[in-house]
Amino acid sequence: MRVGGIRVIEVRNLTKYYGPRVGIENISFEAKKGEILGLLGPNGAGKTTAMRILTCFMPPTSGEARIAGFDVLGDSLEVRKRIGYLPENVPLYHDLTVRAYLEFVARLKRMPRSNRPARIRQVMEECGVHDVRDRTIGKLSKGYRQRVGLSQALLNDPDVLILDEPTIGLDPRQIVEIRNLIRSLAGERTVILSTHILPEASLLCQRVIIMNNGKLVTADTPENLKNRLQRSMVVDLTVRGALETVREALGALADVKSVALLDSPDANTHIMRVESHDNRDIREALSRAVVERGLGLLRLSSIDLSLEEIFVRLVMQEELE
Amino acid sequence: MSRTIAICRRELAYFYNSITAYVVMAVFVFLAGYFFYNLLAFFNLALSQSSSNPLAAGQLSLTESVLQPLFANLSVVLLLIAPMLTMRLLSEERRLGTAELLFTYPISDWDAILGKFLATVIVLAAMLALTLVLPLLLGTFTAPEWGPIATGYAGLLLLGMAYISMGIFFSSLSENQIVAGVLSFGFSLLVLIIGWLMPFVSAGQARVLSEISMLEHFDSFSRGIVNTNDIVYYLNFSVFFLFLCSRVLESNRWRNG
Repeated sequence: MRVGGIRVIEVRNLTKYYGPRVGIENISFEAKKGEILGLLGPNGAGKTTAMRILTCFMPPTSGEARIAGFDVLGDSLEVRKRIGYLPENVPLYHDLTVRAYLEFVARLKRMPRSNRPARIRQVMEECGVHDVRDRTIGKLSKGYRQRVGLSQALLNDPDVLILDEPTIGLDPRQIVEIRNLIRSLAGERTVILSTHILPEASLLCQRVIIMNNGKLVTADTPENLKNRLQRSMVVDLTVRGALETVREALGALADVKSVALLDSPDANTHIMRVESHDNRDIREALSRAVVERGLGLLRLSSIDLSLEEIFVRLVMQEELE
Repeated sequence: MSRTIAICRRELAYFYNSITAYVVMAVFVFLAGYFFYNLLAFFNLALSQSSSNPLAAGQLSLTESVLQPLFANLSVVLLLIAPMLTMRLLSEERRLGTAELLFTYPISDWDAILGKFLATVIVLAAMLALTLVLPLLLGTFTAPEWGPIATGYAGLLLLGMAYISMGIFFSSLSENQIVAGVLSFGFSLLVLIIGWLMPFVSAGQARVLSEISMLEHFDSFSRGIVNTNDIVYYLNFSVFFLFLCSRVLESNRWRNG
């Protein structure tokens, strides 16, 4: 182990093949104590594979992964004692009550009998499931199940929390709640979470690893990633007026790189996408241009780049370089 | 050990919370009662018919005419019922994805296998215990031979353990409960009656078949005879299939996708 366990997660040249198919290839990264690390990538990028190796659910084909200095293959038991894992589909036993389930998990996680009840209560309160502790898990909403899933991961007070798509399938309010919960859980712990939503990664994570097709594309802080990628600003507008006039009004501005028609809900209303040069903020200029021509500005919003767009850009960038 | 017990308790809770165990137990007890009634009624008939002939009446034995056939029938009912108890044990963990959590807890595969095995054996024992009412009923108006009753039950328990271990093994092979259930039923039946081949093979092979056959080993129990050989057979059988099951779990881990 490194001094003071500074590097809680160490992954070196990790590779996993499913037969001839590549799961992940040559992935290396590290995570420091207290860090929230995001694995970002589209479906099939290898995020879940990487997590399953870290949690000792499956062994790697080659390479090594260490948690708190323990190898996932050689010291699997020691690793499993130190992690809390929440798989993507939150697999829980639906016939048990929340409390019975957590008691079961507490036994499996080798918690001493004496502090089990107190710890279970504490975790239930932390995760906001104390009020539903006597309800059957199968009858809980998706949001509550997610919280129960988090509770079981937290029971053993793990050094490393591994969360696979923790907000997928939740409604917007639940997403905010779970994000806040994850942020509050970090502190001393190292959290590694996967997501395919860029804003989520930038909200939660101090560092983001972008994966695609089983390979590590890049790793950086969310701010740096955005700055590197978002060289142009993208604005969507909904404008009322003749299409030609709208195109002309928007295209005439100095900083505008491109104008595209996304959709026309009716003959006189158009949704346009405008990109600016060099990340310049053109929102004011746009609204002024529209209004000056006597057109109606119904909506204007700047667009965060979606992960897919980032990918396209990253891959194109790589090919150019 | 405490992990094994935790898993055992969880499985018992499942049996307790779900309707499966109740239905399985109810059907088993009902059938046992039905067999018992018929065998006893037939025994009574034979007894009354031979009342004029004391020699024939003296040859009629309660153990041979009622208890032995009862145990033989129950051994076949167990064959049908054990797969229903075992088929979901591991296949459902895989299908629902709960295996992914279970096997990332600091437990060994053996904790899971033994916990599940133990829980099902407890359900089996409870089921058998419910049928104890039949011999006890017999004891209220006559004096049955308690020895063969005790060994008969011991035999059923050991036989059931063998079925259960096989069922858990087949449950580890497939995510599909029905596939697991049918495989364990078919295989259990085959092992039970493999002795049928004995007349058609050489003496050496026949000996091997009779050693493998579950039925051969069960017979002596229902006759009130306890052979260490038979006990060792059933225990070996259980250990062997639980071991195979642990191999399957290990290999699933390496192949798994």
